[in-house]
Amino acid sequence: MSGSIDILHLYPRDMNIYGDLGNILVLKRRLEWHGYDVNVIGYNPGDAFPVHADIIVGGGGQDSGQDIVAGDLHAIGPRLQKLAAGGTPMLMICGLYQLLGKFFKTQDGHVIKGIGLLDIQTYAGPERLIGNTIVESPEFGQIIGYENHSGQTFLGEGMTPLGSVVRGAGNNGQDGLEGARYHNVIGSYLHGSLLPKNPAIADFLIEQAVTRKYGEFTPTVIDDAFALEARKIAAKRPR
Amino acid sequence: MRKHYSVPIGKAVRHVAKLRGGGSALPGLVIEKIDPDFVRRTLEQLPGGVVIVTGSNGKTTTTKMVVELLESQGLNVFTNRTGSNFSRGVAAALLGEINAKGKLSADIAVLELDEAHGVHFADVIRPDYVLLLNVMRDQLDRFGEVDTIATLLGKIAGQAKKGIVYNRDDPRLRALSFPDEAGISVASFGASTELQSLFPSDDDLHGSKAKSQTAAAHKNDVCLEKLSGQKALISFEDKKFPVDLKISGAYNILNSVAAIALVRLVMKDKLDQAAMLERLQTITPAFGRGERFTVHGQPLEIVLVKNPAGFRLSLASFPAKNHHTMIAINDNYADGRDMSWLWDVDFTSLKQSGVAIVSGMRAYDMALRLQYDEVMLSDVNLQLAKALKSFIKNHPDSPKRIFCTYTAMLAIRRELGKITKVERAL
Repeated sequence: MSGSIDILHLYPRDMNIYGDLGNILVLKRRLEWHGYDVNVIGYNPGDAFPVHADIIVGGGGQDSGQDIVAGDLHAIGPRLQKLAAGGTPMLMICGLYQLLGKFFKTQDGHVIKGIGLLDIQTYAGPERLIGNTIVESPEFGQIIGYENHSGQTFLGEGMTPLGSVVRGAGNNGQDGLEGARYHNVIGSYLHGSLLPKNPAIADFLIEQAVTRKYGEFTPTVIDDAFALEARKIAAKRPR
Repeated sequence: MRKHYSVPIGKAVRHVAKLRGGGSALPGLVIEKIDPDFVRRTLEQLPGGVVIVTGSNGKTTTTKMVVELLESQGLNVFTNRTGSNFSRGVAAALLGEINAKGKLSADIAVLELDEAHGVHFADVIRPDYVLLLNVMRDQLDRFGEVDTIATLLGKIAGQAKKGIVYNRDDPRLRALSFPDEAGISVASFGASTELQSLFPSDDDLHGSKAKSQTAAAHKNDVCLEKLSGQKALISFEDKKFPVDLKISGAYNILNSVAAIALVRLVMKDKLDQAAMLERLQTITPAFGRGERFTVHGQPLEIVLVKNPAGFRLSLASFPAKNHHTMIAINDNYADGRDMSWLWDVDFTSLKQSGVAIVSGMRAYDMALRLQYDEVMLSDVNLQLAKALKSFIKNHPDSPKRIFCTYTAMLAIRRELGKITKVERAL
């Protein structure tokens, strides 16, 4: 079975910091290696929202980038809500993870409204939480990443985290949780980029997308030896 | 009272640190503790004042060029040659140069400072001239955001007493507003429209047209007009000057254009143009920045890569054709701990030739990155010394090139010193 998968990349122009481009590349290549054609669509503020998307990916940005996209995100918010509820797999890192939540309250008390797709609230923290991070997830096993954020995020009641922090700060440095899960949406603070060293998450997103579109997914075997070695070393490096 | 003792004490610590083979930080730290005003007091004696060179990429190379070009004008120049671009490094370098009475025999100081330290430094010691090279995502784990870096550079420039030189091709530097005061001259440098593709920026990578749209609309005071290998055509004062350089790599050569812009500002009508251009053509690369060695009769180049923009520039500047390539990635504090940056570099230009070996603490992160660009990789060895040895042994008859992060570069130079002539960095 083969076919074609559309990856929608949200705001590549303004939310592109910290190498989150790696997540798109990993999805694209693995899909190709699994035998699918891939079409990556970059969506920037004001663009026509594509008619079809099989996987949606968004990354982190600078404060200035977040201001630029926030308005546009509200305009496309209802569509993203509907797609998420319908099971479209999404990966949202750092800045867009925060904006998918209810709000971001800045240092001076100013509130930036999110689209409320995830039941999370974020407050500007006094210091940046930076460093190598390990998270244990019931779905994906050990997740290896690198965090760099000043926002502190708290999950609403009934919101499932991506996992528990083994090392590092995670969502807020207080409750030991990292990221959020909702249907097939994954929100997380982890860069690194996240997917290269966590092929289990990449293949989850791919399997969901392909199965939804074609009813079945037969993976090929991909050699993840380099990823395995890179994970082992990252886990041992100083914070 | 304390200043009478601080100089001999600092010099003694520097001497001991040198004997132990240590770096420049310790003596700098000691003198800062016992005599915090030492650096300001010493630099204020200089008739030509202080020049600060800062920005994300190219500080060391450009500082070396500015120093040599000013020397061609007959000036005696003090600089922090060790590449330790922190205030403490400046203090340590001063200790090596002053006499026992604390007197520095130089006309002007040219200092390389990183963005964050530069702000603190310029607060205490107002520079006469500031040269701003570029703003790129570099060590975000230390500085946070690119926009933060631009703000830091703006603050440093705001302290300049006589002149500011900036890269007008850089959209974030172009957006800064510089002091509009009598007595402060502002000059720009950059490359011609036809050369813009040699200088990929972070914004270009993500599809922004900001740079290419505006580049054509302005004229730089000093401009890199044409480039072919190491031959360049540089223009200023409505004249074009062909030069044949010893340095290679488009971005290294753009740094020489920055250096000319600064030296013109400093020398004003006293400038000996012929002497400056003659000297320019003799300048060799700074250590580790496209530096060339000869190993068993074959050239071996070391290219320092610190951030995604710099790595992309290096790949564009040093084509892989006819070379064997090694990449060494460390993640010590000075290299940056976060490997995310490797995913913002496009390695497809290495597809044709492949990569012979990857090394360093994060060799497997690099191997993984190449896997996703479908670049052939022959070997992985975490040990730099062993990797270098096998790289040289397996490719005896061809030119070689090593892209490496900062601490990997230091280690590789050390190893090379055992088999070929390597100039001491310190």
